[in-house]
Amino acid sequence: MKLLTASLLTFAWPLAAQAEIIVTDAWARASVLASRPGAAYLTLTSDEPDRLLEVTSPVAGHVMLHGVETDSAGVTRMVHIVDLDVSPGTPVTLAPGDSHLMLMDLSRKLEEGESFPMTLVFEGAGEVTVDVPVLGPGAMGPTEERP
Amino acid sequence: MISKPTTQTLRHVRLALWAGAAALLLLAGGALTVRTYMAPPAPRATSVGEADIRSEFALMDHTGRAVTEADFAGRWQLVFFGFTHCPDICPTTLAYMASVLDLLGPQADRVAPLFITVDPVRDTVPVMAEYVSAFHPRLDGLTGTEAQVAEAAQAFRTWYERVEEKTAPDGYMMAHAGHIYLMDPDGRFEAVFQERDQPPEAVAKEILMQIEKEEQQE
Repeated sequence: MKLLTASLLTFAWPLAAQAEIIVTDAWARASVLASRPGAAYLTLTSDEPDRLLEVTSPVAGHVMLHGVETDSAGVTRMVHIVDLDVSPGTPVTLAPGDSHLMLMDLSRKLEEGESFPMTLVFEGAGEVTVDVPVLGPGAMGPTEERP
Repeated sequence: MISKPTTQTLRHVRLALWAGAAALLLLAGGALTVRTYMAPPAPRATSVGEADIRSEFALMDHTGRAVTEADFAGRWQLVFFGFTHCPDICPTTLAYMASVLDLLGPQADRVAPLFITVDPVRDTVPVMAEYVSAFHPRLDGLTGTEAQVAEAAQAFRTWYERVEEKTAPDGYMMAHAGHIYLMDPDGRFEAVFQERDQPPEAVAKEILMQIEKEEQQE
């Protein structure tokens, strides 16, 4: 368990060490079918107020941040979030069934077990690149897959 | 590379834990059955005008077979409407349904898990076949004409809508309700769940309880 957490932390630790932003627990779901949008999830922690402006990855033509809104009738809609504010002391977690990074125009199928780089551009902290491990299509979190 | 065997080991540990949890669930199920006589437990699910919701459809399953609700009569149905281009809610909910099925153990045979597409134009039979097999071997994927899907959605009183989205594949997404319906062996509404509201164990427990209740009535 410790080993796994340690290896994930190593993966997810930002390369830009001077940044105030820490990106942890980045992961993506394996694609079930080619040409389907993928989804990636992560947690952002910041020492200072900052704002996520853009996300790019060489595997995707386009990355969009989506939130999910459910109205009183239980209708779920995806909401495109343009800028994401990160407040000090309040980690922002993107998790299945809630917010996610939608990976559009994937250049290839994301296979379980591989990983890909993803660059997050923050207003204050600048660019942070993380390595995103690809978990199974039914994975529900960064360290745990339901059986 | 280091994480590989660790993940494997974890999986074994988790499997053991799940087995333990399943055993506890069965015990708890038994205890609950006894309790049912004294005070029926409050339903866990939010109910949405159950009188009108019925399992009625004429669709095509992912093997290309024409099916109606009659093909699933006598089994409980766990029904979710979604589409295969859905990046988050649908894989999340289908993985959740797969967990529920696994937690049901041998009783899973009494339940027909159905994934009905709201995007039949793109979700053809072969697409559905490949998609459902990624989640659970027992999951049935149903598609049809747009009219057939609309009728099925109407019978379940569920909602979906095409949303134009320039950056999405083919320029659109589908907005849809995220409910999982539990329908009884006569195709009548029993309960509705949303993935975010409770762990899969709670849904499995509810289904096992309903199955037992049904058995006692027979």
